[in-house]
Amino acid sequence: MPLHPIKGGVHPEGHKAQTNAAPIARLPLPARLFVPLAQHIGLPAEACVREGQQVKKGELIGSAQGSVSAAVHAPTSGTVLAIAPYTAPHPSGLPLLTVVIDPDGKDEWADLHTPRDPFDLMPEEIAARLAAAGIVGMGGATFPAAVKLSTAVQKHVDTLIINGGECEPYLTCDDRLMRERADQIIDGVRILLHAIGHGRALIAVEDNKPEAIDALRAAARGFDPIEIVPVPSLYPMGSEKQLIFALLGREVPAGALPAQLGVTVQNVATAAAVSEAIRHGRPLLSRVITVGGAVRVPQNVEALIGTPMQALIDFCGGFTEPPARLIMGGPMMGHVVPNMQVPVVKGSSGLLALTARDLPETKARPCIRCGSCVQACPCGLMPLEMAARIRQDDFKGAAAYGVTDCISCGSCAYVCPSHIPLVQYFNHAKGHLALEHARERQAAEIRALTEAKKLRQAREAEAKRARALAAKQAREKAAASEKTP
Amino acid sequence: MILAIGSVTLLGVVLGLVLGYAAQKLRVEGDPLVDELAALLPASNCGQCGFAGCRQAAEALARHEAPVTLCPPGGKAVAQKLAERLGVSADLSGMSDRPKLADVREELCIGCTKCAKVCPTDAILGAPKMIHYVLSDACTGCGACIDVCPTEALLLEEVVPSIRTWVWPKPVAEAA
Repeated sequence: MPLHPIKGGVHPEGHKAQTNAAPIARLPLPARLFVPLAQHIGLPAEACVREGQQVKKGELIGSAQGSVSAAVHAPTSGTVLAIAPYTAPHPSGLPLLTVVIDPDGKDEWADLHTPRDPFDLMPEEIAARLAAAGIVGMGGATFPAAVKLSTAVQKHVDTLIINGGECEPYLTCDDRLMRERADQIIDGVRILLHAIGHGRALIAVEDNKPEAIDALRAAARGFDPIEIVPVPSLYPMGSEKQLIFALLGREVPAGALPAQLGVTVQNVATAAAVSEAIRHGRPLLSRVITVGGAVRVPQNVEALIGTPMQALIDFCGGFTEPPARLIMGGPMMGHVVPNMQVPVVKGSSGLLALTARDLPETKARPCIRCGSCVQACPCGLMPLEMAARIRQDDFKGAAAYGVTDCISCGSCAYVCPSHIPLVQYFNHAKGHLALEHARERQAAEIRALTEAKKLRQAREAEAKRARALAAKQAREKAAASEKTP
Repeated sequence: MILAIGSVTLLGVVLGLVLGYAAQKLRVEGDPLVDELAALLPASNCGQCGFAGCRQAAEALARHEAPVTLCPPGGKAVAQKLAERLGVSADLSGMSDRPKLADVREELCIGCTKCAKVCPTDAILGAPKMIHYVLSDACTGCGACIDVCPTEALLLEEVVPSIRTWVWPKPVAEAA
């Protein structure tokens, strides 16, 4: 099919050969599992187990709260040791409420829902099962899959894009998954297609992964609505909006959802998890993560959610040299791991031990207004202008230049000859704007509450007066009737 | 002569009618600046600023008789907005970035419902002889409940930073 060239983008060195040849290894059961209750976008799940309780593998330990949230399950059987705040795999290094599980080593499954034929299920049932299985987007954004699917069904989406781009350097977890579990991915895609009711599926894979493309093509043979589309290897091809443009030539408007264009995008690993959940009733308990960089045996590892990073590093033979920085995710969009005890979560695609040689120069120099960042920006923004405003704390000015449309891909910072940490500026501004927006909304809600209370008090006072008046009249009437006889 | 008198009279009558009509039709209800300032304040009428309510505080602000830092529950964010709207510069260094919200010490609460009755935003849940609870999303930290609590079970506590409110720090400025 004809492709549309995306704006900007960069060609960082791939470093994929380090891990893309070896099959996915399965990590032995770690000594402790730390399962955070917020591993997704939206409200955190609420713990529904007690300390000391025995749990089976796949048992619900955190139930979803509110409309955008995801359930959390016990990754193995064992005892709940504690439900307490532990450092989260998050750049802030702040704690998140975490369920600590002491595995009993039996790995005993809980009673799973006996699945029916997935193709007999209604779309709502599929969405409900995905929600119950706690499935979130596994490409890194961790948006609850059930919510995305429900929106897609509502908006009568007719194109399902499966994202196998994996444009981040070092990461090969999706590549290995596509090579080894192509059948499962295609099954997941068929279930998702069945849920949206009609239309086609496009599985986009960067052309630097020919083996994955072949494996998917073989698995998709005979399923006409599924097409495997090789896309050029260009960072950030794996970003949702860029991929939609590359495949369909249509741009997602600022602030809009892809569903409004009749498109929905899911990651390949999410598709595999969908198959597991709907075919076998198994919730999302593990994921494949690329352990790369300065480790002795760099490889892809299937690890249970909640596995401490230390266990991954130990399994991969330890460091070859002390890393300058430990990154969760890819080197472009990932973030620093606060310490080695933070757990693998649903959105962890990689754990990279980067040495000083792999890292960019950190000393920033002034902007020379060369415009390289403008050329590299895949969203058509002007990073230098936005950064200049954010430097002066002018977030509104930055918003007028479109900072909220920035996808934080890091292409601008990658090409910047002055090594200005542009993405950090934009993340700072986006955080501020989001917080301010939330505060304004809260202030409006509080104002409404105040008004409501005033009205209620006035009504109550009025009612009291009316009662007093009625009582007085009744008394007078009684007195009058006493006099008459 | 008659023409001159006539034309000036006509002009006077027409303009008078226009002005009269405009005064009726385009009448300004109060100072619009006060409305705008009142919209920036929390509207909980807690009285911590020393005025009877948020409206009165807004009036004082509009007359430049009160500092923009007058609103403790609004904190730095509100002070910044007020300064921006009034076009004044203000020293906000003394103000905390972190809001303070009410919290119930459960071991001291006797369930008297006094705090729930005075809360201007209905942020306190409670029934007689039941431990009360503060809905932090609705609390403005006005402190009205603290004054009425007979057992000092309520206190204002600084909101602990969490992942939901965390923002990437601003990078250190580039070397010149």
